[in-house]
Amino acid sequence: MGLLSDPNRRRALITLLTRLNAPICVVCYMAGVAWFMGLAFEPFTLRTYMSENAMGSTMVEERFPAGERALATGREFAAHKRKAGGMPVDWLVKTLQARGLEVFTQRFSRTLPFPDENKERYMVKGTNVYGILRAPRAPRTEALVLSAPCSPGENNNQAVGLLLGLAQYFRNQIYWAKDIIFLVNEHDLIGMQAWLEGYHHTNTTGMDWSPLQGRGGSIQAALSLELSSDVVTSLDLVLEGLNGQLPNLDLANLFYAFCQKIGVLCTIQGKLQRNDWDSVSGYSHAVQTMMLMVMKQASGRPWGDHGLFLRYHIEAASIKGINSFRQYKTDTTTIGRLLEGMYRKLNNLLERLHQSYFFYLMPSLSHFVSIGYYMPAFGLLAAILFMRALDLWVQLTAPPLPPEEGAAHVKQSSPGVLSVLTPLVISHVTGAALYALPIHFQQVAVEHFPVSETEAVVLTAIAVYTAGLALPHNTHRYKTLHGWRVLKLVAVLYLAVLLGCTALINFSLGFILALTLVPIAAFVTPHVPKVLSAFVLVFLSPACTLLFSVFFFQELQEVPVSFQEGWMLFLSVISQGILDHSLYGSLVYPLISLLVYPCWLLFWNILFWN
Amino acid sequence: MAAPLTLLLIVGVSIRLFLFRSSLADIIAERVEVVSPLTAWKRVIEGLALLDLGVSPYSGDIFHETPLIIYLFHFVVDYAEITFMLADVITAVALYLAVKDYNTQVLKKQRFELEADRYPMDCLELVRSPTQMYYIPLKVAMVYMLNPFTILSCVAKSTCGLNNAVLGLFFLCTIKKNTMLSAIFLALATYQSIYPITLCAPAMLYIMQRLYIPVNYRWASFWWFVVQYLFIYLGSLFVIICLSFFLLGSWDYIPSVYGFILSVPDLTPNIGLFWYFFAEMFEHFRLFFLCVFQINVFFYTIPLSIKLKEHPVFLMFMQLAVMSIFKSYPTVGDIALYLSLLPLWSHLHRFLRNIFLVTCVLIACSALFPVLWHLWIYSGSANSNFYYAITLLFNVAQILLVSDYFYAFLRREHHLTYGLYLKKKDGSEATLVLK
Repeated sequence: MGLLSDPNRRRALITLLTRLNAPICVVCYMAGVAWFMGLAFEPFTLRTYMSENAMGSTMVEERFPAGERALATGREFAAHKRKAGGMPVDWLVKTLQARGLEVFTQRFSRTLPFPDENKERYMVKGTNVYGILRAPRAPRTEALVLSAPCSPGENNNQAVGLLLGLAQYFRNQIYWAKDIIFLVNEHDLIGMQAWLEGYHHTNTTGMDWSPLQGRGGSIQAALSLELSSDVVTSLDLVLEGLNGQLPNLDLANLFYAFCQKIGVLCTIQGKLQRNDWDSVSGYSHAVQTMMLMVMKQASGRPWGDHGLFLRYHIEAASIKGINSFRQYKTDTTTIGRLLEGMYRKLNNLLERLHQSYFFYLMPSLSHFVSIGYYMPAFGLLAAILFMRALDLWVQLTAPPLPPEEGAAHVKQSSPGVLSVLTPLVISHVTGAALYALPIHFQQVAVEHFPVSETEAVVLTAIAVYTAGLALPHNTHRYKTLHGWRVLKLVAVLYLAVLLGCTALINFSLGFILALTLVPIAAFVTPHVPKVLSAFVLVFLSPACTLLFSVFFFQELQEVPVSFQEGWMLFLSVISQGILDHSLYGSLVYPLISLLVYPCWLLFWNILFWN
Repeated sequence: MAAPLTLLLIVGVSIRLFLFRSSLADIIAERVEVVSPLTAWKRVIEGLALLDLGVSPYSGDIFHETPLIIYLFHFVVDYAEITFMLADVITAVALYLAVKDYNTQVLKKQRFELEADRYPMDCLELVRSPTQMYYIPLKVAMVYMLNPFTILSCVAKSTCGLNNAVLGLFFLCTIKKNTMLSAIFLALATYQSIYPITLCAPAMLYIMQRLYIPVNYRWASFWWFVVQYLFIYLGSLFVIICLSFFLLGSWDYIPSVYGFILSVPDLTPNIGLFWYFFAEMFEHFRLFFLCVFQINVFFYTIPLSIKLKEHPVFLMFMQLAVMSIFKSYPTVGDIALYLSLLPLWSHLHRFLRNIFLVTCVLIACSALFPVLWHLWIYSGSANSNFYYAITLLFNVAQILLVSDYFYAFLRREHHLTYGLYLKKKDGSEATLVLK
């Protein structure tokens, strides 16, 4: 408490902080970025290890023999799918019943707010089919889910085949202590959403679905399987779920442990892990993997069908089979054995997966960075905001005034509140317009302009966004000496709280926003060169951040795009963001439009304060 | 000044009405920061249902409000929203009137002191002017009426708003030196939540000051006043308790209300310090630590009363703050009451040291409460430690805030006696250090 109560030491500390403010901020920013980049360096990361006792020490033996038969079933499924022109519901029901499961179906329908051009759907109708294998060994209070999406075209038939094969094999085993639900969902995430809402008796997104006729116990874990070829070279694990939520790390550990045991190549973000961490290329590979995870998490969308389970407190991941030009192939029997092993270990669980980490980043499948290691990177960036706020506060409370500005000082206190409140209200109204207008005005836009609905939505969003820059923000009539300082203090604190909360829920999003918004918050004053600063401000605004992220993401995935294609992708990302919000309740679009964008507008306003 | 106050009340009531009509009301009513097991509206409804069935409302372990509250809502349950808004309006108006009266007293006292030349010459800048103080009553009412904490508490229909109204009326009656009503309202507040018993001391001190009774135990008039006040206080408390007994026909409510407050059996997370600590504790230490934790609320009365016996209103503010920090089931509504008194001490701003830090921490914590709650309860990715860390930080910030005001107050008094620009013995400028 000495520091807080001793006035001399306080004064010394505050003088130090205000005099060295700019250098300290620069150092903090550099340190924050460096810390973040250091996270991918292998000696700084932890090796993954199994924390859950129930899954760690027990031995299981994998005996699944029927890979070939599963593939045959898959081909049969494909034929029926072609014939039915969609999900072959009757055939699936019959097949699952023949395997001795309790089979139920669920119908659902949903009209999208505007047509989804990526997946070409607008009015969606579909059926989910699921079969429940009742646990012979325990009182059916818990369940595990294995799901395979029934995608249009020739995709994913092998996954359904393997699912049916596993159902048949699992049925004949006696050791199951949890119900196992085999789910084939139509229209990927929409079907999954309908099924999960039906299972948990909730309706958060206003979808129409028929109630479920049969239920298992509370779901402990779920895997979603995507497999489109008879043999695969590697299996890819997808963890990122809705709003950047991640499953417990033990699920990833389990997958990795079985891949090691059975000898299957496994990847995360489609990247194999390398052993040469001390070389430059090895390090950049790890950075690439981690950055891909950061970008995916920041997008807040579910990157596989598992993504929606996480919201219901169910640990889930997607496993994707990848068939590349590598020599070494893995057949379906091996994948079946891998899944069998994983399910047997999950079957041993005594309580929900909770021992291991929920907040982590993975530079490779065998290494992870936990929240305690990555939060300082964000903390260093947030410290800049606090330093700037402290600086402003000291300036605001400093008693000596230059004599020529003394006259303005008299009128300072009363317009202070109003001059801050007006820009705050105006920028938030603009944000609310950005949130609400695109969907509500699509009809009007389609009637008056030669664009499709989706284009109308995206272009309205961009138009509102741009129009926000032109709005007059200051309604104050007389100059106040400290007016902009008060506003900036409010804006900086606002940004700090906003980014802090965001980073807790979704670290990646918070960090990316902090990277771009913190410099703005640090340097903007009415006295910096206007044109150049305006350019920098726009360059670092949330929309441009999104545009650069699109290019950066493509670059990371090693499919670089031209500017034209990148722009089209940018447009489709915006429409996907809005769709994700209305379909699954993703929070990124409202967060950006209702909070981050208004906050950025405040800084824009400070720049043009006169 | 009536027009701005009316406008303020209309704005406050319309915000509340708007929120009552929106879908947010249900969400707010579930927040653990806003409602405690004592004050939750859901529990009042449950109690009412039991009462209607002819069962004692205390027979389950749900309802813990006092019998008077349940009989009040027995009649006005259909007008609950209006009741809660009315309670807030009453509190705001009571605070407004009380502060107005108090300010006149302060100015009068200051004039006497100035005329008697008691202030050192260099302290003239510390002297308060009527123009500076003109808006303070309005600011107090505004801070109470438009404080998000109060609004949330009202929209959640937390009965904390009613307790605040009683305390506000008590404050008003005390400032108006009405011994009788002051004691009765204090008894009512005590009946509601025990802790206001500590406000006895400031109330008596203030009224004695106004009636020119010396605070000196060798004077008979001092003892006569204390006996008088305590008699009315205890008498009305006794009447209220007996009235509750006759209403219900049983003493059920004593363990269920006061036992519940003192022994803290419900460990639902809230913004207080009790829940985490007692959830972690070994059972055989429980009684000991219960005493340690509860004594916090009551114990500070003695040293504070001795130190601040010349300034009973500031003492009352300190007591309200201490209560809302250390009580067993605090909610944001309790905090709102003492926060609304902060404009009263706006002349202390030049002596405050940590106000910036504390404000930042309080704002950040208020934003982080729902976030960490979401991560803990809904996503299951964080755990109770995250939430408790924020609770702890929030309370530390509140304690810092209160002690900062305390320090600033004492320092101003010191300067008013010894001069603003203190010199060391060798003539150089001196600084005050709190150690």
